[in-house]
Amino acid sequence: MSQNEIAISVQGLRKSYKNVPVLTGVDFEVKTGSIFALLGPNGTGKTTIVKILTTLLKQDSGNVTVNGFNVSSKPDSVRQSISLTGQFVAIDEILTGRENLVMIAKLRHLKNPRQVADELLKRFGLTDAANRRVSTYSGGMRRRLDIAMSLVGNPQLIFLDEPTTGLDPEVRIEFWQILKELANDGTTVFLTTQYLDEAEQLADRIAILHEGRIIANGTLPELKKLFPPAKVEYIEKQPTLEEIFLAIIGKKEEN
Amino acid sequence: METTKNYFFMDMSVMLGRSMRHIFRSMDTIVTVTIMPIALMLLFVYVLGGAIQIGTDHYVNYLLPGILLIAIANSVGYTCYRLFNDVQRGIFERFHSMPIARSAALWGHVLTSLISNAISVAVVVLVALLMGFRSSAGILSWFAVAGILMLFTLALTWIAAIAGLSAKSVDGAIAIAYPIHFLPLISSAFVPTKSMPSGVRAFAENQPVTSIVEAIRSLLSNQPVGNQIWVALAWCSGITLVAYIFAMRVYKKRTS
Repeated sequence: MSQNEIAISVQGLRKSYKNVPVLTGVDFEVKTGSIFALLGPNGTGKTTIVKILTTLLKQDSGNVTVNGFNVSSKPDSVRQSISLTGQFVAIDEILTGRENLVMIAKLRHLKNPRQVADELLKRFGLTDAANRRVSTYSGGMRRRLDIAMSLVGNPQLIFLDEPTTGLDPEVRIEFWQILKELANDGTTVFLTTQYLDEAEQLADRIAILHEGRIIANGTLPELKKLFPPAKVEYIEKQPTLEEIFLAIIGKKEEN
Repeated sequence: METTKNYFFMDMSVMLGRSMRHIFRSMDTIVTVTIMPIALMLLFVYVLGGAIQIGTDHYVNYLLPGILLIAIANSVGYTCYRLFNDVQRGIFERFHSMPIARSAALWGHVLTSLISNAISVAVVVLVALLMGFRSSAGILSWFAVAGILMLFTLALTWIAAIAGLSAKSVDGAIAIAYPIHFLPLISSAFVPTKSMPSGVRAFAENQPVTSIVEAIRSLLSNQPVGNQIWVALAWCSGITLVAYIFAMRVYKKRTS
């Protein structure tokens, strides 16, 4: 694989918080233009990985490059080419939807912030609410604005940290659609989730984080192969990702 | 490649525009910051003032410097609250994952504090003029007063920044305002210190607010300022410097 086909490369990543190890040697690669899902229960260090990849946190050791730039030595170049949608909606409640988008467009030093804002408002169905303060928005509208803000300036790579936590099912499906469209347009999407169905639905590749390491990394069919083949009984039942996850964790703990 | 430094002032002006909008859109901020000190001034001049013997012509002339400091102390509580919200709601996180100078977001809040305080101080001075405040001070003295007030605002704003950045709850973030509110009360802001019992007097005469109040008062009444102004400036710049260093340390810790 050539260098510019790899959007994210992580080798031997370690991070501890006050002597409590969170990441104990994480390795993975993400191909440009793909959707990569990092799966794991709460508190396993998914957010820590996102923070390191988005230059918000420094790793203890390990080599991390994003869009070809080392996060430790070229953080500014990394920030030029990425955007982050955090675990909690990060929008300005007192400003209107349009003002929020214009603000980000100005901070990204785009030439026509108003036009960029109007296009994104239209794309995310927020044109009617554009001039209302965000504090009057519903949960779904807030999340849509949050993601629209992440897309200002068309970053090559977007990070989403548990983007659908707390969204109702309808908004979730709508959101999946948006991500699929983005990936089709060539944007690389890195998302973390604790929902197995989300990873199954969206991701080209899924990595499972457990006890500070990636214990499995592959496409859905590849992960399914890791599970013992189904026995022919009265009904053949395909393993769900959840079963694969539990089986892999079980194996690790036996070793 | 374009560096973030080239855009520092542009980014900061976007940040400034954002928090100025916050101020103008939340009425309670404007009300507490200007109405409260004005009400206090009315109370002291028209209700309590008759019983306070300070030996000058008009009590409002004596009172105004202290009221201005209270107005400033009031508004930095909001700076603290806004900073806390930005940290808590992940807005700083969003800014920091973008190619903008990290301190632009913080400086935006500090500048907002300076500008909003200039506005509220101007409003309080106008009301004082209506209440009979008169000053024989020349333009240079007014500039000196403005300078001292700006430095005082900076000092309190950086203290507020430490609290806003490190607080774990809204209550904690706002609690910073309480001790700052008490300092003007135990100073020569309302009554001369010589009427106080010795222990309280010793505290009142050696805390920053008294020297700042005395310096402004002397400037406004065209009296020689003596040493007070240097003591006042030393307090303001000393506090600003120490608070700035600590605030930046907390900020780097929270954002690295």
